[in-house]
Amino acid sequence: MTLLWIPLLSLLGSIISSMTGKLTRNQSTRLTLLTPIIALIMAISLAPTIFSGEVLQETFSWIPLLGIDIAFRLDGLALLFVFMILGIGILVIFYARYYLSTKDSMPKLFAYLMLFMTAMLGIVMSNNIIQLWFFWELTSISSFLLISYWWQKAEARNGAIMALAVTGGGGLALLAGLLLLGNIVGSYDLGVILESKEVIQAHAWYEVTLILILLGAFTKSAQFPFHFWLPHAMAAPTPVSAYLHSATMVKAGIFLLARFYPALAGTDTWFILVSLTGLTTLLFGAYVALFKHDLKGLLAYSTISHLGLITLLFGIDTKLATVAAIFHIINHATFKASLFMATGIIDHETGTRDMRKINGMWRYMPYTATLAMVAAAAMAGVPLLNGFLSKEMFFAETLHQQLLGSMSWLIPVLATVAGAFAVAYSARFIHDVFFNGDPIDLPRQPSEPPRYMRIPIEILVALCLLVGIFPNIVVHDILDAASFAVLGGFVPEYQVALWHGFNLPLLMSGIAVTAGLIIYTQRRYLFQFQASLPSLNAKKIFDETIYSMVKWCQQKVISIENGSLQRYLMLMFLMVLIFAGWPLFEMSQLIGQKQATPIDVHNAVGAGLLMIGAVSTVIWYRIRVVSLLMISVVGLMVSVAFTRFSAPDLALTQLTVEVVTIVLLMLALFFLPQHSPRESSSARVLRDLGISTGLGVVVGSICYALLTRPFDSISDFFLANAKTGGGGTNVVNVILVDFRGFDTLGEICVLGIAALGIYKVLINLPLLIPTKDSEGRPWAKERYPVLLASISQSLLPLALLVSFYIFLRGHNLPGGGFIAGLITAVAFILQYIAHGSIWIAERLTINYRKIVASGILIALSTGVGSWFFDRAFMTTWFEYFDIPFIGKIELASALVFDLGVYITVVGSTLMILASLGQLTTNDSKDKVNV
Amino acid sequence: MELLYASCVGLLVSCGVFLILRSRTFPVVLGLTMFSYAVNLFLFSSGRLSLNKAAVLGYSSEYADPLPQALVLTAIVIGFAMTAFVVILAIRGRADLGTDNVDGQILDKKSHKKSDKKIKKNKKAKA
Repeated sequence: MTLLWIPLLSLLGSIISSMTGKLTRNQSTRLTLLTPIIALIMAISLAPTIFSGEVLQETFSWIPLLGIDIAFRLDGLALLFVFMILGIGILVIFYARYYLSTKDSMPKLFAYLMLFMTAMLGIVMSNNIIQLWFFWELTSISSFLLISYWWQKAEARNGAIMALAVTGGGGLALLAGLLLLGNIVGSYDLGVILESKEVIQAHAWYEVTLILILLGAFTKSAQFPFHFWLPHAMAAPTPVSAYLHSATMVKAGIFLLARFYPALAGTDTWFILVSLTGLTTLLFGAYVALFKHDLKGLLAYSTISHLGLITLLFGIDTKLATVAAIFHIINHATFKASLFMATGIIDHETGTRDMRKINGMWRYMPYTATLAMVAAAAMAGVPLLNGFLSKEMFFAETLHQQLLGSMSWLIPVLATVAGAFAVAYSARFIHDVFFNGDPIDLPRQPSEPPRYMRIPIEILVALCLLVGIFPNIVVHDILDAASFAVLGGFVPEYQVALWHGFNLPLLMSGIAVTAGLIIYTQRRYLFQFQASLPSLNAKKIFDETIYSMVKWCQQKVISIENGSLQRYLMLMFLMVLIFAGWPLFEMSQLIGQKQATPIDVHNAVGAGLLMIGAVSTVIWYRIRVVSLLMISVVGLMVSVAFTRFSAPDLALTQLTVEVVTIVLLMLALFFLPQHSPRESSSARVLRDLGISTGLGVVVGSICYALLTRPFDSISDFFLANAKTGGGGTNVVNVILVDFRGFDTLGEICVLGIAALGIYKVLINLPLLIPTKDSEGRPWAKERYPVLLASISQSLLPLALLVSFYIFLRGHNLPGGGFIAGLITAVAFILQYIAHGSIWIAERLTINYRKIVASGILIALSTGVGSWFFDRAFMTTWFEYFDIPFIGKIELASALVFDLGVYITVVGSTLMILASLGQLTTNDSKDKVNV
Repeated sequence: MELLYASCVGLLVSCGVFLILRSRTFPVVLGLTMFSYAVNLFLFSSGRLSLNKAAVLGYSSEYADPLPQALVLTAIVIGFAMTAFVVILAIRGRADLGTDNVDGQILDKKSHKKSDKKIKKNKKAKA
């Protein structure tokens, strides 16, 4: 359980800190720090186990069918990153307490930081690659929130969007790569993947997989040419930059390289891609950093350059290079975090970050200056500091590679050049800021910052020194454990020491320092040269690309989705026509072998009436009332057809639904125009006629082909088991309430939802009640005819009796819940028509929503009830009883289910019609129940 | 008889589709209703046509296929619910937008303005 708690605690911390808005700043900070400190203690307590070579794992099954688990793992590499994420995270939170002004919301920043911390911990501790990807995307999102913390500033918003677009895009590539990887190995489990090196590298898709995963890693760790988002992300508050761009966000990409090193590295493709990308980034970053006047800009490009260095080390084919890469991860995190924090102090105290203005800070803040200078010296690789050690190892390893064949000597030379530039920009950071004359019109008078603001920097700088002087005592264990994890069990003999004697790497360091200082002193010429170069604005290119993409998409959307329902439907019908019509042409014969039945007079008359009704509906569609009357003829004939063709249940249902539908449409017509205007052009009418005729022909032909062919049905099963298994002789009803009861349950839910939706749509409807009919005659004042009122009233009990009878006999004879419900509804609708909704409301206080809900609940609980008898959901129970005077009767649980159906149907139907009907009365709504 | 039945289904489809392709809500609703008749008849016919063979046990020796009947029965009820929803949506749309045109463009600008005024009047009357 311990492993899960580490990310869980930081997530908890995120929630806690988001709720500290009412507390003082100190209290808020203390509460926020609580959970990461506990998590760090946990991680430290686990360290001895990891150092002994063990790998801790924890798995919770999540979606076993897809091979996705919630799985955590802690090995040396993960432990190293956990230390960095938690350790530097704690320092950053402490620092942010003093950095933020009183105007800024502290809980917001803390909550985002902790969320980001959770995501990072999730990445480094995941043992399932899909889960790893999930946390990967979470870092993109939470870093978006962090960068846009000062959302009022346009540059913060733009920087955040750019970071999200680039890293999110890389994330998609990574997902594709990971899915491929999972497919190749046959498992998403990291442990399995790390052991399947041969399978992966022999696979035909290895290159594609590798490139996709590398795309994810390179975008995240700002490798050239995806580096451009990082400088723009500097719009974030400095604590955020210190966290994201030293130890975490950008290191996630590096982590990915290290994590998959045992499985993916070792091939030429890997070494060429990784080392060349790293080398380019290293040189490019170091060069550009020198020319940045913004302090954070300089640090941003320096970060890019150092990330390139680490990537290059992963791309060099020696085991020691990997060790050096891991070592530099640690060192870069410590000195870069402290430098960012120092920059934050300078920004905080002077009000600017422009190095052309900030000069001579040594006099104003000697203490901070000392700390910053030590950290910058570590960045330059000065002896006695940690940066020196890893840089020495780096130089040594560049000498031991054959990446470029006979031209491999280029790499150590270029590495030295990059080293020289690193010295130059570090020198600029130190000299320009702390010396170099007097400050030039600063917005604020600088002084030393609050005492506590320096503590995190002091801790980090002390670490730089300690690692630099006593490397074997301070970092040996963790470096060993991490290398063990990355190299898959074999760690080469290596010696991290301050003094290796006079050798080539030392010479390279010497050249780099000397050349760097020369470059710095002669920088005027370089600056002039740089100014004469045409500038390539990555942001502009990015913005223009995004803009043109969005514009292209918008145009496409507008041209496809123009708001015309007719057009969408026309396209859909055309598709149907093509896809349904095409196979007909490939069929040899339309008519099947089945014996045709002769046409009798009744059928011919019925069909004739139906056709006349249908055609008349179309012909008079402009006069809507006539059209509605005509369609009711069609509906009636359809129910007659069901009667004729041995479907009494259907006929009853169709008949009652027909009544309800026509009443509803009549009511609706009251609120709509009485006529459809002549709008369609002749060409359009012709087109529509063509499509509709075509579809009619196609559907009719398919129907004919279907009818004339013999078939086998699964219905024999239902016929055979209806009585014995379901206890009813009306097979249709038994199917509804028993065999396919689950479907029916779903369907009554849909009915209820539709009714509720209608109720909701009609709330606060701006009314358009016409006072006259279409020909200008005012509506009759006598709204409710007396004759209808009196007849309907006496009909009600009779109708209820009939529906009760139909309901009861449903299981054995045509009838059942649906039909009985509809009959009851019709009986009530008649009352509404005859008396108006106010009259009903005075006499009947029912809340239809509750009725619908209770109906569905009854049906559902009948289904659940069978669980109590150890049966599957919705198993029917029935038994025969002998009751005196009445005789032998059957009781079945299906009847209760059918009752639920009945109640839902009544409730929904009445709710629909009453909701609409009550709108015709202008009286206050609360009198009327719906 | 099969031919007659199939022609009826085909005709209903044609009429339904033609109405659905009109540009006002009410004909579209009528078209949908007609179309659903056709669909129900079509589905029903997949059990083939049979006379006097209702699927009630003990009333005849051979039975019509009960499965399509059960499916169509619920389809009819659901169809009603959907028709109701669409027609209420049409009323709401008319009330909110002032037109029952669903063709994406408001050709009849005059009627649009008129109904706008009506809405305002109504609001005033309510207030």
